[in-house]
Amino acid sequence: MIAFTLNGAPTALDLPEDVPLLAALREGAGLSGPRFGCGVETCGACHVLIDGKSVPSCMLPLSAVAGRSVVTVEGLGNEAAPHRLQAAFLAEQAGQCGYCLSGILISAAALLATNPDPDEAAVRAALEPHLCRCGSHNRIIRAVLRAAREGAVA
Amino acid sequence: MSATLPASLAANPRLSQWLGFSSDGTVVIRPGKVEIGQGILTALTQIAADELDVALPRIRVETVTTPTSPDEGVTSGSLSVQNSGVALRHVCAEARAIFLGVAAQGSGVPVDALRIEDGAFVGPNGAIGSYWALAERGLLDGEASPGSRAKPPAARSMAGSSTPRLDLPDKVFGRPRFLQDMRPAGMLHARILRLPSRAATLRGIAPGALPDGVTLVRDGSFLAVLAEAEHVADKALNRLARLAQWDERDTLPDEGAMPAWLRSAPGDTSPVAEHDTGAAPATRRIKRDFFRPLVAHASIGPSCAIARWDGDAIEVWSHTQGPYNLRLDLAKALHLPVEAVVVHHVEGAGCYGHNGADDVALDAALAARAVPGRSVRVLWSRADELGWSPFSSAMLAEVEAGLDEAGDIAEFSLDVTSNGHSSRPGRGALPTLLAASTLDPPFAVPVAINMPIKGGGGAQRNAVPIYRIPKLRVGMRTITDMPIRTSAMRGLGAPVNVWAIEATMDELAALAGEDPLAFRLRHLDDARAAAVLRRAADMAGWSGRTVREGTGLGLAVARYKNLGAWCAVVAEVAAEAEVRATRIWIAADLGEVVNPDGAANQLEGSAIHATSQALKEQVRFDRRRVTSDSWETYPILRFSEVPQVEVALIDRPEMPPLGAGEPAFGPTVAALANAIHAALGVRPRAMPFTAANLAAAMEAG
Repeated sequence: MIAFTLNGAPTALDLPEDVPLLAALREGAGLSGPRFGCGVETCGACHVLIDGKSVPSCMLPLSAVAGRSVVTVEGLGNEAAPHRLQAAFLAEQAGQCGYCLSGILISAAALLATNPDPDEAAVRAALEPHLCRCGSHNRIIRAVLRAAREGAVA
Repeated sequence: MSATLPASLAANPRLSQWLGFSSDGTVVIRPGKVEIGQGILTALTQIAADELDVALPRIRVETVTTPTSPDEGVTSGSLSVQNSGVALRHVCAEARAIFLGVAAQGSGVPVDALRIEDGAFVGPNGAIGSYWALAERGLLDGEASPGSRAKPPAARSMAGSSTPRLDLPDKVFGRPRFLQDMRPAGMLHARILRLPSRAATLRGIAPGALPDGVTLVRDGSFLAVLAEAEHVADKALNRLARLAQWDERDTLPDEGAMPAWLRSAPGDTSPVAEHDTGAAPATRRIKRDFFRPLVAHASIGPSCAIARWDGDAIEVWSHTQGPYNLRLDLAKALHLPVEAVVVHHVEGAGCYGHNGADDVALDAALAARAVPGRSVRVLWSRADELGWSPFSSAMLAEVEAGLDEAGDIAEFSLDVTSNGHSSRPGRGALPTLLAASTLDPPFAVPVAINMPIKGGGGAQRNAVPIYRIPKLRVGMRTITDMPIRTSAMRGLGAPVNVWAIEATMDELAALAGEDPLAFRLRHLDDARAAAVLRRAADMAGWSGRTVREGTGLGLAVARYKNLGAWCAVVAEVAAEAEVRATRIWIAADLGEVVNPDGAANQLEGSAIHATSQALKEQVRFDRRRVTSDSWETYPILRFSEVPQVEVALIDRPEMPPLGAGEPAFGPTVAALANAIHAALGVRPRAMPFTAANLAAAMEAG
């Protein structure tokens, strides 16, 4: 049994210690936000926040998060109370297929937490681990900058 | 009024197949095209809302299920709005007329005195009925009749507006929406052990244990493992990979000599276009070759499918582009009558053509056969996705062109050589699905074909220049040997042909001592092509451009398929260690634009996809296997490399809508090539436009 905090709530999963965190989140915790894209930490689709840091979850053993805080895209916000990044992504229509967005939102959230007023270069750098095949990059960059602006006002 | 039905409707004429009303005040539309990341659900909902005069939230889109949904073939070729949108508009307009007619008759209020307010029929003295009140009357049981009753363009309020995408909220909140997220009760997870090389056959499996509770499925060289938990299936696959023993042999050509392979491989030659007005012959000629290697779809989400057997029937959930086509090939591969196969479409990750979606559906069907009554989910690995999905063929375009004494184009010929650009399922006697050739007994692999030019063609797509050319000849050679499976990808032959034509246009302009823009405009009789070209040039400041060391601007224009949308692109590049695309300006004429922001999103995305392909992408292989099966070995454009993109639409609400997903692709590749010449003085001859390939082009002169 591995105990950790998932999206703010205490959670315990009865899975082998070496099960990848991504599999544990999807199968064990029933989440769908973190996505499988490559399985070897090269595409960014599975990123989650661990103690506030954006990391790939596809190779990390579940045991590594024992006692720590894990936040997935579901934990950022929901339709009733969206995170300002989620609101900004909708406002900018930042996506096409949307498969990459869960991971990108997570890295953007980590960026804004440490750098509330990033410039475009900082956004691009923060999103460099993430692939988007539909070519929604410019909209995504605009959405992150919008969220930063709106966060500054709030 | 047109006396014929839109093609999709002629093939599926029953109105209730497309549209339904419920007494609870909701509307269901059932298009035969599917969401593949292009935003079609939103655009079709807008069209229906307009013609029915109902609010958007009342409308639900039912995705394709065989055999009840309209059969609109494959969602491809930038035809979703063009086909499905036009059909739905017709259906909704006719339904509106039928319902209003019945309401008028019942109430005594003349039709002309009725209007519709969010589905309620309102006369001079108030509401007299609604779609919902008449929902159970079977008014849509009849067939569509010819003659458009659709609103005039000026009366539309939804179509033409940038309605936010209906599917995006699910995606930014991480809610289950993709097929990959489906978890039917009792579902098992399966993994497929793909062949270690293209022509490998299974010799045997060494003794050794698989994890507890794992089921092994073997049929010929097809191997699958099934487990209750996904991580156990992964473990079982790794174990099985170490136990399986294969016979392997060399079957692939030399990756470094693909132009020579294309020239020497067996093939069928066919004419594409030819005319000669008898004008003066060329006095100055150029002869150029353009080569593109095999390229991959490289979808961000690996292909996935779920299958469940019930006796001799099977249900399959798939992100295929063509549920009816997939159904036909599943029936062939599984030796079932077509009626025994039901295919449900569920969204997958972004799709840019015939990728692994259909193949994985057969994988799931084969794996699920071992456990009747249980749902089995197969998810491909990244290596499967990059290494085994169908690729877009390597291509060679050989151009000869010349100017007459006056500096006008006198002659132009283009010969394109390629494997076929369609191995799509459902079109031949044999299944085209990947695993079919590994079964016992195996199915032969059908060689990919090039569709006739009338429908847009395959390798020959956009091989006929849109310019005024007195003496023209275009030919195609379709290679009939297919060592690596090829099929349809965004643009089919267009990216290479547009590049070849537009790079040649730049060279001819230089030969004539003219600016590339002026030279093109002087040879264009197509006013809509000229308009997008002028617009893109204006956006980029073409005429006032200044030369900065190591940077360059290039432009290109094409009409997609020579019968779709018009699109011009200006690209700016900066020459660093590798060429970097810095800015792209796109002007497009898509006829009526149903959702301007959605169309812009498609154009932007396809330009970035094209930039990635032009600058970076190449399928790598040795003599046995594809080796570019990871993101490290098949790199695509990243955030740090993405150019800024600006889009302008020339809206023509009175003209038929034309698709937005592909028209910018070829012009972007070509504009980048021309910009590279402006920046570096070298004319690219081989994609991708890497420093190594540019150095080779410079050396060749």
